[in-house]
Amino acid sequence: MKKTARVAALVSIAALTLAGCGDRGETGATGNNTESASSTPSPTQSNPDFKACMVSDSGGFDDKSFNQTSHDGLEQAAQEFGIETAEIESQSDSEYADNINALVQQDCNIITTVGFLLGEATEAAAKKNPDVDFSIVDFAYEKAPENLKGLTFNTAEPSFLAGYLAAGMSESGVVGTFGGLPIPTVTIFMTGFAQGVDQYNTDNDADVQVIGWNPKTEEGSFTEDFEDKTKGQTIAENMIQQGADVIFPVAGPAGLGGLQAAQDNDAFGVWVDTDGCVSAAEYCDVLLTSVVKGMDVAVKDSIQASLEDTFSNEVYVGTLENEGVGIAPYHELEQEIPQELKDKVEELKQQIIDGEITVG
Amino acid sequence: MADDKGKAVSWLPTAKVTVASILLALVVGALLIVVSDRKVVEAAGYFFDYPWDFFVFAGEAIWDSYRALAVGAAGSWNAVTQTLERAAPLICAGLGVSLAFRAGMFNIGAQGQLIVGAICAGYIGFTYDLPIVVHLLVAATAGIAGAAVWGGIAGLLKAQTGAHEVITTIMLNYVAVSLLLYLLTKDAFQREGSNNPRSEAAADTALFPEIFGFHAGVLVAFAVAFAVWWLLERSTLGFEMRAVGANADAARTAGMSVPKVYTLTMLVAGALAGLAAVQQILGHQDSLTANVAGAIGFDAITVALLGRATPLGTVLAGLLFGALASGGIQMQAGVGTPVSLTQVLQALIVLFVAAPALVRAVLRMRDTGGGATVMAKGWGS
Repeated sequence: MKKTARVAALVSIAALTLAGCGDRGETGATGNNTESASSTPSPTQSNPDFKACMVSDSGGFDDKSFNQTSHDGLEQAAQEFGIETAEIESQSDSEYADNINALVQQDCNIITTVGFLLGEATEAAAKKNPDVDFSIVDFAYEKAPENLKGLTFNTAEPSFLAGYLAAGMSESGVVGTFGGLPIPTVTIFMTGFAQGVDQYNTDNDADVQVIGWNPKTEEGSFTEDFEDKTKGQTIAENMIQQGADVIFPVAGPAGLGGLQAAQDNDAFGVWVDTDGCVSAAEYCDVLLTSVVKGMDVAVKDSIQASLEDTFSNEVYVGTLENEGVGIAPYHELEQEIPQELKDKVEELKQQIIDGEITVG
Repeated sequence: MADDKGKAVSWLPTAKVTVASILLALVVGALLIVVSDRKVVEAAGYFFDYPWDFFVFAGEAIWDSYRALAVGAAGSWNAVTQTLERAAPLICAGLGVSLAFRAGMFNIGAQGQLIVGAICAGYIGFTYDLPIVVHLLVAATAGIAGAAVWGGIAGLLKAQTGAHEVITTIMLNYVAVSLLLYLLTKDAFQREGSNNPRSEAAADTALFPEIFGFHAGVLVAFAVAFAVWWLLERSTLGFEMRAVGANADAARTAGMSVPKVYTLTMLVAGALAGLAAVQQILGHQDSLTANVAGAIGFDAITVALLGRATPLGTVLAGLLFGALASGGIQMQAGVGTPVSLTQVLQALIVLFVAAPALVRAVLRMRDTGGGATVMAKGWGS
């Protein structure tokens, strides 16, 4: 009996507390009701019958990297087109097929999968469900079914610009880069970066060295891990000791350790995937720029295409030209980077778009 | 008759505490569903105005989530097969951990053993071209043998040098992961024309045949659970294992070879983890990737703890975890409840099971002595 009384007391306290909150929120809410409806950007369209879905790889949607950016694309699409969404975060590599099937059961109109690990499961599901559109981030097929679109990104192009910029800003004549794992979606950044440095050397008769990646032998420094910040920091510290004064980490969250090392040692950093001054703002003061991979845009576009019935299986390649990739603004270092260098970067960007320079 | 009755009384309290733990975990899970549901949180904001809204939305959120969980776990034959296929590797690896518990050892190495098993089974599975049945047998044997060796190393180190198995198995886990990452950069393991760290899936000839919608490996898992029961309860080796687990010094005095028991136990434990890998590679047809073992090796420890280190308990715990994994997918897809909830449920269940006094206190159950958890011996035993 005593216990029951205690529970009752607890419940009423909880109720009163909640009511207290409610009271405050309520006066605001009545006044806010109309306001809140207009303050949240109301969908420009409304398509409640259309459902866009997404499956992450085992990194999860909160990986501050490509799963998260792709997921942003889904959210933007939901916001803009007024569509329904559903999503599944994969817990392990063996779940992908089951997860995609679960979403097919939910009557999704388009299912976006994130990462090359889902390549096979996505293709199988696309063949089995011809009425559903599929798109996959960071993967392309030689011969995709009609309803399957690969979303890829030529990140070598903006990395080239970042490499040129890094070489131009380096005082020691040494710049460093490292990756998470030696896989194509990572090394493509590093190769572009190294080529940008080469371009700088040729243009200015300089001898800036890249440590951490050799595009010819395909050997370099890797954290073997995308999560562990300390590993990224150790590698970057080493590179700084070898004289590097610009660090370009291509290792997802593990790369944050590289920026930490740069910040601790008065070196510069270049971030990847997203604008570092937004996603890792605490390091903004050392970031020359970021190599931005517009996965959110690509995902949103593929959803829009499916919604408007213009979906095709043609592989999407994000380039500087279609702004699927790019380099972020210079933010806090705007003043420190010489105008001449900025102009040169703009010029190179145009040359890449015009096809005068090929990267990769 | 008296004997039967005695037995019934011995397992009943344990079962009661376990069921109570699961119920308690579901209650706590319900609270989490409520606070993570957007509609409910909004309703809490105007609780004073429309208190009823809050309870309706909260009730709906809980009902929808748990209903999706149940439907996804066992709502259709499809769901049942998915649950069984998820449970099978957990049962196998869990049996490996249970077996080691019974011999007084804490095998944290199931993950590493699984990875090595997956490498061996996978390599045979996708590289060689063998006739059907033969291919399956060879690949499965390779996987089991590879994992058995990996487990056996830890057993041998303990037997010969006294190195504690907790340390050696954890270290061997790291070695196995690094070995896998290294191999996945090699052409022999990568797909043709691709640099991605992902192997081919095993050839169709090496796969378990499918029956009633699930692969036959599931049946192997149940058969092996029976075999482990027989090994522990009816064989001489099993008796020695239990004797060493109860008191190694007494077992030695009684003339048993403790080093032999340690080595053999870890060898068999490794083989069981290897069978879990075989389930994934040759049953589920997974490719070798950096994450091929998922969290199976670690979930296996919780499965064994929840199953009180008995074969039957491990099977039931494995089925429960398989159901949560399978249902969790449906819950996220259909209702949008974060899949982390199933992991929280798993953790809570084990937490409550590990603290039977707490469960009894909350539910006002009488202490009848049940619910004691198994624990491996501590340092230096």
